[in-house]
Amino acid sequence: MSKRSVQQSENKKKQYNTLQQKHEVKRPIVKNCIKAFLIGGTICLIGQFIATFYVHFFDFTEKTASNPTVATLIIITMFLTGFGLYDHIGQFAGAGTAVPVTGFANAVISSAIEHRSEGFILGVGTNMLKLAGPVIVYGVFSAFLIAFIRTLLTKWIGF
Amino acid sequence: MKMGQHSWQFTSNPALISTGVVGGPFEANGKLKEDFDHLYDDIWLEQQSFEKAQQKMMEDAMTIALNKGNITKEKIDLLFSGDLINQITPTTFAAHTIGTQFIGLSSACATSAQSLALGSLAIESNVAQYVLCGTASHHAATERQFRYPTEYGGQKPPTAQWTVTGAGFGLLATNGQGPAITTATIGRVIDLDVTDPFNMGAAMAPAAVDTIVKHLADRQVSPSYYDLIITGDLGKIGRSISIELLHEKGVQIAEENYNDCGLMVYEDEQLVQAGGSGTACSAVVTFGHIYQLLTKRTIQRVLLVATGSLHSPLSVQQKDSIPCIAHAVSIEAKEGIQ
Repeated sequence: MSKRSVQQSENKKKQYNTLQQKHEVKRPIVKNCIKAFLIGGTICLIGQFIATFYVHFFDFTEKTASNPTVATLIIITMFLTGFGLYDHIGQFAGAGTAVPVTGFANAVISSAIEHRSEGFILGVGTNMLKLAGPVIVYGVFSAFLIAFIRTLLTKWIGF
Repeated sequence: MKMGQHSWQFTSNPALISTGVVGGPFEANGKLKEDFDHLYDDIWLEQQSFEKAQQKMMEDAMTIALNKGNITKEKIDLLFSGDLINQITPTTFAAHTIGTQFIGLSSACATSAQSLALGSLAIESNVAQYVLCGTASHHAATERQFRYPTEYGGQKPPTAQWTVTGAGFGLLATNGQGPAITTATIGRVIDLDVTDPFNMGAAMAPAAVDTIVKHLADRQVSPSYYDLIITGDLGKIGRSISIELLHEKGVQIAEENYNDCGLMVYEDEQLVQAGGSGTACSAVVTFGHIYQLLTKRTIQRVLLVATGSLHSPLSVQQKDSIPCIAHAVSIEAKEGIQ
């Protein structure tokens, strides 16, 4: 293509981008934030109830109760995902159901269910962390980085 | 016969003698539920995978079309079909079941019009007497291929569309009674640098407009020649963009005679964001609803402009834009042909 026709096609794309944005329905950010706050907050409240339950009725302290609480939330998510309800709640709640541990659980469980048709090893095994994998990769990497900086500051520089 | 620069005219009136249309449980609650031959209660269709379920829908729709047309499958000369799944395997397996000579198509949601155009071409050129045309898509199989697992709770933006679960097939014949395919316009790939796979209406609208403008110029008619011009799956956003683009190009299209299959399938309270989509979207509407209207003579002339976005999950991840295409066929309840 000649320089001029390249320029023309670039202009056309730019023009279309402007027109397209005029018609685009934007995500209702404020509404989504409020919904996310309410649903996400409700999930945290339920988590708090579960934690209090474990402290009250079992031999857990406030600190040690977090593990069984997370496990309980994951099990609840498993049922909600398996019965096909979590995606509907997620469409309404957005970040409210994506950010808590239930969102992570849903990402793993939905992938596992989805890839059951390809078998347990190459299907479920390979794909289970397809969506949640990046969280683990970058979570571990960031933890390493922070630990490294901390070591650097405390051990060698001596803050 | 070539008509104008980009279109074909069929003088032998290839007739759509029968159709078979099936849909899933979500479509059973939609606006066009009356126009389906069969609606399944469950998206699995008692199969092991969603891909197998899609294959079953295709086989069922083809069988219904053959039964209604009173033609045995041995008489079918050619099958033109395709779908959205990797290497169109559901179509291939369904074609194996039917056992006819088969040409696989891969132009995403433009497949319905493409299959009708090629089927009519085969009949016009006397290489076939009976041709099956059509396509299918399955919501869950398509979500899995192009987006996220079905049960994943990610929030979809208002521009996203809902893939139709269903299959639509039509039986074309050299001599027969039924609406005729009169002309076809083959589209070209249009890419205006839209990269958001959750906004395919915006990506496809220019392709639809390009094909409509070329068709009208080649046939030398105004939009009002048609009782209805329907696009495949532009949805709310793509439709409004396409109207503005058509007006810019000087095509005065009447909004009441211009509709989109993606906006016709579902009820307003069904939460499908910007509308329906998928290969089956235009197929179930055309072979179901529109076919009924044409045979009852409620309308006489329809232009189907099936729009397809030709990206793959890989091309999107590699940050490529979404190339799109639109093919058009005119279907007419002609005088003398019932």
